[in-house]
Amino acid sequence: MSPVLAGVLQLTALVAALALAYRPLGDHMAAVYSSPRHLRAEKILYRCIGANPDAQMRWPAYLRGVLAFSAVGVLFLYLLQRLQGGLPLSLGFASISPDQAFNTAASFVANTNWQSYSGEQAMGHVVQTVGLAVQNFVSAATGMAVAIALVRGFARSRTGELGNFWSDLVRGTIRVLIPISVIGAVVLVACGAIQNFSGIHEVGQFLNGPGLGGHQQTNGGAVATQEVIKELGTNGGGYFNANSAHPFENPDAFTNLFEIFLILVIPFALTRTFGKLVGNVRQGYAVLATMGVIWLGFTALMMWTEFAHGGPALQAAGAAMEGKETRFGVGASSIFSVATTLTSTGAVDSFHSSFTAFGGGLQLLGMMLGEIAPGGVGSGLYGMLIMAVIAVFIAGLMVGRTPEYLGKKIGTREIKLAACYILVTPTLVLGFTAASMVLPDALGSMLNTKALGAGSHGFSEVLYAFTSGANNNGSAFAGLNANTPWYNTTIGLAMLLGRFLPMVFVLALAGSLAEQKPIPETAGTLRTEKPLFAGLLVGTILIITGLTYFPALALGPLAEGLS
Amino acid sequence: MTAPAKPEEPGSMTTTPTATPTRAPHQDLPGGHQPGGGRVGGGLFDPKQLVRSLPDALRKLDPRVMVKSPVMFVVEVGSVLTTLFACLSPGDWFGWAIAVWLWLTVIFANLAEAVAEGRGKAQADTLRKAKTDTVARRLNGGVEEQVAGTELRIGDLVVCEAGDIIPGDGDVVEGVASVDESAITGESAPVIRESGGDRSAVTGGTKVLSDRIVIKITTKPGETFIDRMINLVEGAARQKTPNEIALNILLASLTIVFLLAVVTLQPFAIYAGAEQPMIVLLALLVCLIPTTIGALLSAIGIAGMDRLVQRNVLAMSGRAVEAAGDVSTLLLDKTGTITLGNRQAAEFVPVRGTTEAEVADAAQLSSLADETPEGRSIVVLAKEKYGLRERHQGELVDAEWVPFTAQTRMSGVDVDGRKVRKGATGSVIAWVQERGGEVAEDAQQLTDAISQAGGTPLLVALEDERGPRVLGVIHLKDVVKEGMRERFDELRRMGIKTVMITGDNPLTAKAIADEAGVDDFLAEATPEDKMALIKREQAGGKLVAMTGDGTNDAPALAQADVGVAMNTGTSAAKEAGNMVDLDSNPTKLIEIVEIGKQLLITRGALTTFSIANDVAKYFAIIPAMFAVAYPGLDTLNIMRLSSPNSAILSAIIFNALIIIALVPLALKGVQYRPVSADRMLRRNLTVYGLGGLVAPFLGIKLIDLLISLIPGLH
Repeated sequence: MSPVLAGVLQLTALVAALALAYRPLGDHMAAVYSSPRHLRAEKILYRCIGANPDAQMRWPAYLRGVLAFSAVGVLFLYLLQRLQGGLPLSLGFASISPDQAFNTAASFVANTNWQSYSGEQAMGHVVQTVGLAVQNFVSAATGMAVAIALVRGFARSRTGELGNFWSDLVRGTIRVLIPISVIGAVVLVACGAIQNFSGIHEVGQFLNGPGLGGHQQTNGGAVATQEVIKELGTNGGGYFNANSAHPFENPDAFTNLFEIFLILVIPFALTRTFGKLVGNVRQGYAVLATMGVIWLGFTALMMWTEFAHGGPALQAAGAAMEGKETRFGVGASSIFSVATTLTSTGAVDSFHSSFTAFGGGLQLLGMMLGEIAPGGVGSGLYGMLIMAVIAVFIAGLMVGRTPEYLGKKIGTREIKLAACYILVTPTLVLGFTAASMVLPDALGSMLNTKALGAGSHGFSEVLYAFTSGANNNGSAFAGLNANTPWYNTTIGLAMLLGRFLPMVFVLALAGSLAEQKPIPETAGTLRTEKPLFAGLLVGTILIITGLTYFPALALGPLAEGLS
Repeated sequence: MTAPAKPEEPGSMTTTPTATPTRAPHQDLPGGHQPGGGRVGGGLFDPKQLVRSLPDALRKLDPRVMVKSPVMFVVEVGSVLTTLFACLSPGDWFGWAIAVWLWLTVIFANLAEAVAEGRGKAQADTLRKAKTDTVARRLNGGVEEQVAGTELRIGDLVVCEAGDIIPGDGDVVEGVASVDESAITGESAPVIRESGGDRSAVTGGTKVLSDRIVIKITTKPGETFIDRMINLVEGAARQKTPNEIALNILLASLTIVFLLAVVTLQPFAIYAGAEQPMIVLLALLVCLIPTTIGALLSAIGIAGMDRLVQRNVLAMSGRAVEAAGDVSTLLLDKTGTITLGNRQAAEFVPVRGTTEAEVADAAQLSSLADETPEGRSIVVLAKEKYGLRERHQGELVDAEWVPFTAQTRMSGVDVDGRKVRKGATGSVIAWVQERGGEVAEDAQQLTDAISQAGGTPLLVALEDERGPRVLGVIHLKDVVKEGMRERFDELRRMGIKTVMITGDNPLTAKAIADEAGVDDFLAEATPEDKMALIKREQAGGKLVAMTGDGTNDAPALAQADVGVAMNTGTSAAKEAGNMVDLDSNPTKLIEIVEIGKQLLITRGALTTFSIANDVAKYFAIIPAMFAVAYPGLDTLNIMRLSSPNSAILSAIIFNALIIIALVPLALKGVQYRPVSADRMLRRNLTVYGLGGLVAPFLGIKLIDLLISLIPGLH
């Protein structure tokens, strides 16, 4: 079978699996977030944290919950790393330095999972399992909660109430993430992913075959359980430095496809949940179509540019295999890399920096879109809905009415909040990248430089780092030493601000929408469930993002790819 | 001008006069069905206006004025900076060219606004002529004293006689007079103003032509209708509307995004070894920020108001115009709006034992002295359908005319020993029975049948040598205005529900509603019913528009999102509404909705166009900036522009010229047709979205070709 055909077949299987899971999972989540019943385990949890799960929160209260919970998460994770040296099961690893501990804590709480450390050389079992894995669950559940609050803003009227953050957080974790993770972990273990608390082993030849690898050390760990939530919660922080390219995390072609499925399944299914909760599943389908078109388009382009393997070295080699696993090949690696950059995952099964210049550009652009196709769990949906608000505003004017979306007027306040939302990440990405281009310290971290004839690639690496951080992706273009005080601090800030500032605007918007009275639909209403609107939304997203980042992309991947 | 509180009395023969001549709904729309012309079009754009408005445009360069438009303010700052940089290297033609075109961009924007305002100014000048200083004859405890018009206070009573200019807005409290209101309405025919009722309001600056009236002043000097009108058409009272503010926020945030993209580009460029001259960065910034819509936004708003003024509608706020676009329920008074102002005789129905001709003859006889439209229509029907020659009152000597009174509810004539009567069913039956006559048993059935069909039955009775008896029934029908059904179909396609308001009984109302094609009706409507209906619709999230003229309409006019008061109405109604129709034509409500929609569409279309334009500008400027550092980027120069300088200059020139090119569109408004939202979006996206993507590629290439022809610029 030709590699192209294999890639296309894998993509087809993936789409089929996602389609199968779409309705049941979407409906399940809609039920989870609207059920009046609490499970016994949940009641115990509520009692422990002293929350009343039935108290309705207005947006400031909801936001306070999100921020307080996350702040505690950052602090806990920071302390855990700083104290690692004294913890049991730490495999002898020392405590983490303050700037790296801050960076890692911010990273995991912000659902980014940017890692300026190597898992197998820095983090012991306790930090991995009690710290990082727990955040993998709750940071994902926090994102889903905020998305659901925004959906309630659309669905509810004449009230400012957005639901209860604690209940949304706990339910998202217990009823959605944990059950799927259990099943997923079993699948991964069955396929060969490891799950133990074993210590450091001296391993011989790492891969079979002559001349591959030598003696090296590796440790065990609760890898399968962490791997599954890493993908499912669009976290992306690998147990091992090689992330999903590591055979303990991602043993074979099937687990690779399964992990891509896990990355995409919740973000896509949330559009169904959205449709159910606003009482019109077709609205959800329109959002799904928008996400799907962008995702498939990016995947097709990525496979095209990787299979075309432009450039003399790649042509000579016969395939763009540099940085890709032979277990997966070009097709599966392309699918994975698009899925991970169009969501806030950032897990990698191949080396992003080694993709062709245009491939790297697609990964960058995918994140720059704001990771909304389908995006991170929760964050993808609310990011897409914000773009829908912007698109509705412009298109709504063109049908001669004050713009409205889902029966809610998009007025001054709404557009102000949406505008603030879309300003956050470009400010962080472009601002920090620009600063890094003039600060000698920051420039010193770059391994690819103009002097080496790789100026544009070096620039892409820095741009990628901040794009990944501010958009909460977490994947990296290697070639940049990011474990420096400058990058640890600025990327840490980018991750926190890029995660929580948008949430402030989303929740404020939700509150504003929930207070409105609904406008009934008439023939004069812009039909936001029609293909025309989905097309318009795709166009709006591409043009707004394209215009913002075109100069930066031109000097990075375009300059590299067109040379 | 029905006052819904008074259900129309069948057979009363009284109708309040309709203020407007009825006209086919489309014929008063400029550019009605001309190809290419918008259905709601503004006045024609005269390029000379650009020249005339130039001084105003330059005056607006004041930064304190410019700062109100964030996008254009950034361009002005960019122009100042570019000029400074150009001064620093005076030999560089490129810097000067960019500076000049940036200034032109700002001036073009101001020009657009100035032209839009200029049209209002001309109208304001005409109005000012009417607002001469008047001397008022104030009644002080019954004694007349002369005071200046400016000294009048609310509640003062003033006397006006033939030839006097009315000194201020007020209500007639005594007398009746004919008034020349042409100063405001432009309509030269005098109108009657009388105390009590719905025609009591008079406007300062209008002239009493006959008789004497006493007026109670209802507004302070300086706040009169004419003052407000001047302010409105001049744009002095213009405030940004909610939607305009929201759009401004979006434009401002896009400006920030592009500012960010350009400011951070310099460090990137420095790293790439291609540090850019400040002038180039400023040029890029101006190209990217949405200058097209930023420049035209306020002109669009002013022109929208202006389009209303041209149709003799005064909107008290821009907010009302915007709300008009959002209206989803229209309350339309039946009489004068949907139907011609009065009922007309449709047929004569004999009772058993008589003939149609007999009924026609008697009906005609009884109506000869009846000058009401209904009365005339009976005579006309008798002549046209039954060939009865119209007899003149003078032919019938000794005829004793019995006029209609509210008590008898009948009219008729006694002549040649015959007594003919026509009138309300009950009254005529009572009259016949009183005189010992017999009432045909099918008379009641016939009248019921007519009522059920939505008509108004009038019984005709005769007393002659055969004794008093009922002859038959005149079927009076409301006549629905021509073209209304099509109009309502259009409104339905636009997603607007029409509700007919009438004082008629539900049966009559339903029949007319069906015939006219309205979606719903409110029968036997009282002002309270109307108010309740508005609140009910609003509670469902709908915006409601209505017209009204009576004092009893005032609460509903105030409650409605768009309340259009008729100029003939009371001052209370005018005060309560947020628009006044100087022509007092209730059908105009539909046009007002269209103008409101057109205003929003124009904004959206030009915003889309403006943003879509940027794509081409990047393809022009980015290769020009970086093709030296990264030769590969020249691939992006898909327009194959002749040189980097020419590429940047072409983009800037295109950016400036497109503003001037779109001024006529901004003033006239985007073509609007009443179709569904989907079709409208598809069309506007194709024209302004795709058009906006493609146009600058062609435009910039063309300008580049012209520039490359100028020798010595490379």
